[in-house]
Amino acid sequence: MNKKMKQTALVIFSLCVAAVFMALLMTKDTQWSGVDETVVEKFAEEAGREARDPYINTDQGDILLFVFLLAGVAGGFVLGYYYRDVFTDKRVLEL
Amino acid sequence: MILDSKFDKRIITGSLAFFLICFLPDKAQAMHISEGILPASWAGFWFVLSIPFIIWGLADIKKRAAMNPGFKAMTAMVGAAIFIISCMPIPVPTAGTCSHPCGTGLGAILIGPGPTIVVASIGLLLQALFLAHGGLTTFGADVMSMGVGGALSGYLIFKLFRKMGLSFFIAAFAAGLISDWVTYSITSLELACALHGDVAFWDMFLAIIIAFIPTQIPLGIIEGFLSAGAFGFIKSRRPELLGLNIEGVC
Repeated sequence: MNKKMKQTALVIFSLCVAAVFMALLMTKDTQWSGVDETVVEKFAEEAGREARDPYINTDQGDILLFVFLLAGVAGGFVLGYYYRDVFTDKRVLEL
Repeated sequence: MILDSKFDKRIITGSLAFFLICFLPDKAQAMHISEGILPASWAGFWFVLSIPFIIWGLADIKKRAAMNPGFKAMTAMVGAAIFIISCMPIPVPTAGTCSHPCGTGLGAILIGPGPTIVVASIGLLLQALFLAHGGLTTFGADVMSMGVGGALSGYLIFKLFRKMGLSFFIAAFAAGLISDWVTYSITSLELACALHGDVAFWDMFLAIIIAFIPTQIPLGIIEGFLSAGAFGFIKSRRPELLGLNIEGVC
């Protein structure tokens, strides 16, 4: 990626971030529910069927945050290492 | 072929670690049909229907990996990307809701539709098991919409646009856009089949698809740009990786 492309990408990214923040500020009262709630579950409830809890419910207290922390430390390191292998180290993949 | 089995194992381990990163601290919200919404008969129907596609994908991976061991590494990377993309809620200000792109259109043009169905299935299974996203009973329905529908439509649109002489960028954009819309259309179809009751099937189908439109039109466009951007990045950085699935890139 050359310098001009990098600058263009940065400008576009900054504009997108600014647009999202503006939109969030302008719609403070919006719930931002997912379409699973606003569409899928709404129609299901109208038809007499309700979503039930998942069989393994990890969404309890801070358990999910703790697992996220552990996995982030290990996974971030490993992912960075293999990204380098696949996208930059041309000796590794001779396709 | 310098790629060895040790490298393959490391890539797969890396991808699994990547999956673990996505124990996001909040539920992703989108097309995945939640646990318990589909009656057992429809859940079983979609599950059985998805099996041949998964078997086809596994056979395709085996065949292509035998010809080129590098294909496994690329497949693992695409699997990780699809997993991340499909549990990434994006706020859509025009609708005041959140939804997620699918990534299967991009996956299909990078590694082909069959392998994309397999990696999407793995992602959906992990999401259903650990992220409270989707469900085990609705697994088959989610595979049919996001895996099969998204991958096949994205791949066919990409091929069609390339045959029409359009640029890689436009073809990749269209693949992302159409695969997203097809995924949500099939989700609407699945819900309408299971939930229409006394209401006419098409009335229910149209009502659901219309409810998806305010969120999915902008999100589909975002997914189009995401696909085109990722495709362009790989094409500029490592075009030989695209040669695994697309003619005329290198």
